[in-house]
Amino acid sequence: MAYLELDGVAKQFGAQTVVDDFSLAVGKGEFISFLGPSGCGKTTTLQMIAGFLDPTRGAIRLEDKDLTAIHPAKRGLGIVFQSYALFPHMTAAENVAFGLEMRNVPRNELAERVRAALAMVGLAGYEERHPRRMSGGQQQRVALARALVIKPSVLLLDEPLSNLDAKLREEMQIELRQIQRTIGTTTILVTHDQNEAMSLSDRIVVMSQGKIEQIGTPQETYEKPVSAFVSQFLGKTNDFAGTIDRTAIPARLVAGSWSAPAPAGLSGPVTVSIRPERIGFGDEGLGAKIVTRIFQGNHWLFQCDSECGPAIVIRQNDGERQPAEGDAVRLTWRPEDMSVRARTVT
Amino acid sequence: MRRNGPLALIFHTIFVVVMVAPILVVCLVAFTPEGFLSLPTNGFSLRWFRAIANYPEFIHAFWVSLGLGALSSFVALLFAVPAALAIARYRFRGRDALAALFLSPLMIPHVVLGIAFLRFFTSAGLGGSFAALIIAHVIIVFPFALRLTLAAATGMDLSVEMAAVSLGAGGWTLFRRVTLPLILPGVISGWALAFIQSFDDLTMTVFLAAPGTETLPVRMFLYIQDNIDPLVTSVSACVIAITMTALILLDRFYGLDRVLAGKGDPGR
Amino acid sequence: MSGLAEERNARAPWALTAPALMLFVGVLLVPLAMTVMLSFHDWGQYKGIEPVFILKNWQEIATDSYYAEMFWRTFRIAILTTLLTALLGAPEAYILNRMSGRWKSFFLLVILGPLLISVVARTLGWALLFGGNNGLVNKLLMSAGVIRFPIPFMFTETGMVVALAHVMMPFMVLSVWAALQRLDPQIENAAMSLGAGPVTIIRRIIMPQIMPGVLSGAIIVFSLSASAFATPAIIGGRRLKVAATLAYDEFLNTLNWPLGAAVATLLLVALVLIVVGSNALIERRYAEVFR
Repeated sequence: MAYLELDGVAKQFGAQTVVDDFSLAVGKGEFISFLGPSGCGKTTTLQMIAGFLDPTRGAIRLEDKDLTAIHPAKRGLGIVFQSYALFPHMTAAENVAFGLEMRNVPRNELAERVRAALAMVGLAGYEERHPRRMSGGQQQRVALARALVIKPSVLLLDEPLSNLDAKLREEMQIELRQIQRTIGTTTILVTHDQNEAMSLSDRIVVMSQGKIEQIGTPQETYEKPVSAFVSQFLGKTNDFAGTIDRTAIPARLVAGSWSAPAPAGLSGPVTVSIRPERIGFGDEGLGAKIVTRIFQGNHWLFQCDSECGPAIVIRQNDGERQPAEGDAVRLTWRPEDMSVRARTVT
Repeated sequence: MRRNGPLALIFHTIFVVVMVAPILVVCLVAFTPEGFLSLPTNGFSLRWFRAIANYPEFIHAFWVSLGLGALSSFVALLFAVPAALAIARYRFRGRDALAALFLSPLMIPHVVLGIAFLRFFTSAGLGGSFAALIIAHVIIVFPFALRLTLAAATGMDLSVEMAAVSLGAGGWTLFRRVTLPLILPGVISGWALAFIQSFDDLTMTVFLAAPGTETLPVRMFLYIQDNIDPLVTSVSACVIAITMTALILLDRFYGLDRVLAGKGDPGR
Repeated sequence: MSGLAEERNARAPWALTAPALMLFVGVLLVPLAMTVMLSFHDWGQYKGIEPVFILKNWQEIATDSYYAEMFWRTFRIAILTTLLTALLGAPEAYILNRMSGRWKSFFLLVILGPLLISVVARTLGWALLFGGNNGLVNKLLMSAGVIRFPIPFMFTETGMVVALAHVMMPFMVLSVWAALQRLDPQIENAAMSLGAGPVTIIRRIIMPQIMPGVLSGAIIVFSLSASAFATPAIIGGRRLKVAATLAYDEFLNTLNWPLGAAVATLLLVALVLIVVGSNALIERRYAEVFR
């Protein structure tokens, strides 16, 4: 049974629909990411769960109780804001203690829980520090401790890592994942960073223009994107125009000189979507010429001019000899690595 | 953003009414058809506005104020723009002390400035002269001219100037063709705010003005000291109208909150 | 060896600030020094100013209780004005900040605009509203049942405080407004998500953060009120004197310039000490949090 449930939730500002028909069932302890470009409605959805905005339509339920009827101060959700929203006039410990004070937690227990929460995020010894005297990463940890110390039923993270530099962000991702796995709090993360979504979540909700594009595990959404938007948003991809020929026996999928047995269900013009790292160089397949070859340390990046238009290929730097710029090559891939969608011919 | 509750809105309404009331009452009384101070309950009349024409001291004082404000603000900018550029761009010994000195007229009570200038200009044989008024007003409007110019100069992208230098511009050409146009909005707003300050000053000017160099606020003040009648309300209404016009223009042109952020706030 | 660019950099700021510096030294510092000197000169009804060094004026101020009373009145009015502006201006700034865009800028204009309107015109408005025992303010307060007998406003400290508070209010609103702009826009949501109600949010989250703004606004309002001239002169009339109006009288009516200079010097010194002192206190108090 779903722990947190969003049922046909929509939000309109005037005539503008920001979120439309958003339905999602989150299991207890699950880590969900709302992923999409800015303005896709992911933060609005989060704010509706938090109670800072009221949905125009639809229901939000937590353990079968209507959440929208509860005042935001009584929902008991933990929230980490993009700007952290720490109280600048309070020390780290006072910040963390605030939510417990509001719950009238006895003094001894309060002190112990604050200490434990700060220790959990690796900030033991920073109790008396004011936020302005802390680094961005440390502030982020205080914000996390402040949200977690009240033992929230759901943890909401609104782009929590976007203000950190790349290296720190990666460290915090690992830490965030460990903490969440340890205490098992149901978590919703809003992010525009696909790497962050993929490395942290159990499931990703990809959003675009207020609508859900796809819900799935990181692997599913990456490898089997249901739309061009999802495949392009989750990393680099090649989209080749192909055709399924049902007159051939057995039916075949053809893209330029490359062909494979046709998948069931589709016929006529299709788009073949294939990740650059799943393409190899072979003796037969899609004809192409290497335009540029870029060395990127652990891998090579090839930009090719193929029969079906521009293509990108990524090859591991495994010591093998790689083709040079100007070489004619054949691109090949396994049928199970690609996803095929119907294509409307214009 | 949370909404304001009904209590907050009631408070706000009373607050705004009280803020506007004295200004509104002056403007209303100015339109009275009666010969004494009263709200225009029996229709509006322009008789007290026409009466201004029969009182040449007010007309003369208005022109003195206008000329004084325009001229002293301009002169203040001649000194303030180079000073602002220096303070914005260079880190040199004594920089903070200089900035504090230049902003100090904000901190010194105008009554003290009035007394000091009265003593100074009387000793110099300039007592009661228009020249003395100009110099004194240059000092009191200087901080406003400096602040807004400084804000513009600090916000300016220095690489634009470097680019101009690399293209062969230098000295005066560089200033006239590149720097000045870029800081111009700040300079003009600085002039406007300085003008309003000069135009409104009573406390210092009342010490320095003599018959013939009385500014409008001084003339109004001295008139009120003797008696309050509808004539002074119609003059006030004109002053309010002029300031409001300038205010709205300033708001459109530069943003009133930015302009006002430079006002008051002594010692910072 | 210092290069060409460095040498120019060392000279340029002084060349640029020299004209303004000379202006300020010549026309501000010299007159101020002359005023301080003047306060030590002698004066007589018939002999005029005598450039000697005596402490007569300072002794008179120190011993004559008239001056102590007058300075105490000046600072009492300034303190009450400051309290009134803080008590009303801070909540108003907060309410203003929560309004939506168009209303916000409209009311900001309405409240801050008077700052630029002639003080004489604004005080004249209060004189009209107070206007004796049957002035508009009294009529309104009596019909609302707030008071039973008319309060005398003209020529009283009450009237001065009300009119001064109106004149100074924009400074307070502006100062608190600036502090509110530095608040994280999500801070109230953060406190609410942790279970805080509206009263707790204002008392424990908003108030401590806008306090520096209230205090710096208070310093501005206090120093301007203590040295105000136009409002006390018009509302207080010739009877109720404060420091600025007394100095004006000594200079332009009694013509005892040295005594007027002593009053002015004392006012200046007292204000500078109070402003610099409280600024330092505020900065020390909030250094940990806000710098």
